[in-house]
Amino acid sequence: MAANVTIRIQQADFDIGCEIAALTEGRIDIGAVVTFSGICRGSEGDEAITALTLEHYPGMAEAEIARHTETAMSRWPLTGLTVIHRVGRIEPGENIVLVLAASAHRQAAFQAAEFLMDYLKANAPFWKREEKPEGNSWVDAHSHDDDAAARWTKS
Amino acid sequence: MKVKYFAWVRERIGKSEETVEPPASVRTVDDLIAWLAGQGETYAHAFETPRVIRAAIDHAHVKSDTAIAGAREIAFFPPMTGG
Repeated sequence: MAANVTIRIQQADFDIGCEIAALTEGRIDIGAVVTFSGICRGSEGDEAITALTLEHYPGMAEAEIARHTETAMSRWPLTGLTVIHRVGRIEPGENIVLVLAASAHRQAAFQAAEFLMDYLKANAPFWKREEKPEGNSWVDAHSHDDDAAARWTKS
Repeated sequence: MKVKYFAWVRERIGKSEETVEPPASVRTVDDLIAWLAGQGETYAHAFETPRVIRAAIDHAHVKSDTAIAGAREIAFFPPMTGG
């Protein structure tokens, strides 16, 4: 059966249960689905965050995610992948991103989900702006995100 | 060629995209950044630290020494913070 790959960039929230059901519906070759969901925090260190606004590069964001899903599909025996990234204004407690990786066995699903998240963080063209009581600011990139993505190229 | 800006690069320049016609001496992404930085105060501010600026040509990441010949769309943006 062909692998089931879904990539969406949207303002609306997503329902994790519905997305898992869509990924596994009608298949009996899937033994593992690993779910990563990224959620908006209400603080960063000691600073309160009122909301995040996610900006993206339409066209390139989809293309970049597609390149990474193709790499993951070629690297692990996956039956399906779902990547959903929200854009626009997101308040603490709301979903930001969803990665689902499905496979016959858990190891491939765990690794593919982690690989995709590491690559999305470092390479997918999205930018977070924080709304705070004292004013708004763009989130600085962390070098540990680049390091996390780079470790997948070493082995 | 069309040039696009995102996040604080966009905010500093005050526009999200424009069409530019740099001189023939502008051959690489680095050259284009240097040329754009000379287009006024807002551009100079946006490109004041060239090493942090990331670039993409036609929706794919490129290094700063990449040639821009044949590019339809070049984008400049800060390091990405999605996920």
